[in-house]
Amino acid sequence: MIEFQAVTKRYDDGTVAVDNLDLTIADGGITVLVGPSGCGKTTSLRMINRMVEATSGTILLDGQDVHAQRPATLRRGIGYVIQNAGLFPHRTVLDNVATVPMLLGAKKAAARERATELLATVGLPAELAKRYPAQLSGGQQQRVGVARALAADPPVLLMDEPFSAVDPVVRDDLQDELLRLQSELGKTIVFVTHDIDEAIKIGDKVAVMRVGGRLAQYDTPAALLANPVDDFVAAFVGRDRGYRALGFLSAHGVEVAPLATVALGSPVEAARAKLDSGWAAVVDEAGKPLGWVSAAGLSTMEGSVQAADLVSGGSLYVADTGGRTGSLRAALDAALSSPAALGVAVDSAGAVVGSVSAEAVLAALADARKAGEVPS
Amino acid sequence: MSWLADNFQRLAEVSLDHLGLAMVPVSVGLLISLPLGWLASRWRLARRILVPVTGILYAIPSLALFVIMPLVLGTQILDPVNVQAVLTIYTVSLLVRAIADTLDAVPESVLAAASAMGYRQAGRFFAVQLPLAVPVLVAGLRVAAVMNMSLVAVGQLIGVGGLGIFLIDGVQRSNYASIIAGIVAIVVLALLVDRLLAILGWALTPWTRGSRR
Ligand SMILES: Nc1ncnc2c1ncn2[C@@H]1O[C@H](COP(=O)(O)OP(=O)(O)O)[C@@H](O)[C@H]1O
Ligand SMILES: [Mg+2]
Repeated sequence: MIEFQAVTKRYDDGTVAVDNLDLTIADGGITVLVGPSGCGKTTSLRMINRMVEATSGTILLDGQDVHAQRPATLRRGIGYVIQNAGLFPHRTVLDNVATVPMLLGAKKAAARERATELLATVGLPAELAKRYPAQLSGGQQQRVGVARALAADPPVLLMDEPFSAVDPVVRDDLQDELLRLQSELGKTIVFVTHDIDEAIKIGDKVAVMRVGGRLAQYDTPAALLANPVDDFVAAFVGRDRGYRALGFLSAHGVEVAPLATVALGSPVEAARAKLDSGWAAVVDEAGKPLGWVSAAGLSTMEGSVQAADLVSGGSLYVADTGGRTGSLRAALDAALSSPAALGVAVDSAGAVVGSVSAEAVLAALADARKAGEVPS
Repeated sequence: MSWLADNFQRLAEVSLDHLGLAMVPVSVGLLISLPLGWLASRWRLARRILVPVTGILYAIPSLALFVIMPLVLGTQILDPVNVQAVLTIYTVSLLVRAIADTLDAVPESVLAAASAMGYRQAGRFFAVQLPLAVPVLVAGLRVAAVMNMSLVAVGQLIGVGGLGIFLIDGVQRSNYASIIAGIVAIVVLALLVDRLLAILGWALTPWTRGSRR
């Protein structure tokens, strides 16, 4: 557990970066500090490992004042992932990852063995071990940064905008990877970002900070979206927060209706016979959706339905099968993004089980409201 | 040619002497420049003083410094230490600014990462900042080494030894073989040391090579 008790940081030039912060960070979860640039997130994070010294107040790490420990010793027990990775350009990927074990006195061979394991843990191929950081992509560098921070198996991980510098697709992958890692490792992670979507996606708890270093709200992502405490938080959380809040509501009540499907390679005539309201989803032999055909499209086709003839589909909704359930947001997005206005529902193996409509999602939402399942 | 055959032994000995006279100041200059460069990169005030002061020393003509040195150091006029001191000053003059700049150029995120992992100041300097400075250090050392090779010959004007003796002797006795042998030996030495330093730098910086992505 990490506790900020009335912590204030005033820099030499008089800037108050953090103002009287009280915050308790639970073990084993991801706590996100989020807020606009300059609101004191980095300062708060760096006070935990004493890269910045608090002006007043106390920070306890597992009940111990961080000031009771020598900075270098304290830091060797806390992983830190920095913006832009901050890898050592002159060391190979493997030696970057082996840095902290070596500092802690491990033998070179043992440290490298540990580093090799960690590269696999963060999803990097072993061939990269001998490369230098400049020979990696931004996303790969960030993964190395995470591996390096994990090398000494510290219980606490501090992450300062680790994914801000990579493109959105890679960022999404890295976020998923972090969630997967965390489900295995159960570290206490403090994660700083200015991106509220990222905060909501990965946070178990989210602390919204405002400029001047004051805590605006500290809540779960769902509660933050549903009940922002004031206009600042509401504005920061964003305009479509009603839509995004659906991401935290299970879609178990949404009706999954039958869906007209056509196997790829079916004769055009057979496909035409199957259309429902002018559309049918095309599936492969395993029943996985490949796209759509429409009445209009079939009228220009000859022979059989080919992959090149398909209208591409929307997002998929993983329906209530095999224990995993999609969210109302996933269901609604599937419906809205489908060319046929019908979302494709799939089971956990990815095979089509039916369709969801936007109307069905809204009806389920209304039912949930009535039942008091939606916080308001 | 017969001159060369008769004097080859001496030429070789004096070449070694010349090498020492030129390279000892390079080494000492490096050892002095590192802490000065580090200070200049660490504190703005230190930079404001050290960089201009060491920089301006380079503008003083070598002969003037050769003559002043005995007064400053209290040495004999012909003491080789005078030349060594002057060459050390030039080396420092070349290196301090370059070292300060290259230490400054280490990205903030790399330094912060090093601190966050538990490096103390000194450890961070030797493990991260110094290795990253090697390309600039080697470039500076190559310039200093070549410069010193020729300046040692100038130092012969105040009689310190080295290959300059073949030039002065040759001129006084109209012995062209001696002059040419001296010049060639100096150039060969300079090229040799330059190449060796380049190879050393190459060997120390594997991360600067290889295909990007
Ligand atoms: N070393 C410093 N000296 C003076 N002011 C600083 C220093 N570091 C940060 N600040 C100021 O403190 C405030 C908070 O900075 P920071 O913690 O980096 O914010 P964030 O990470 O949320 O963008 C900003 O106004 C910033 O300009
Ligand atoms: Mg920041």
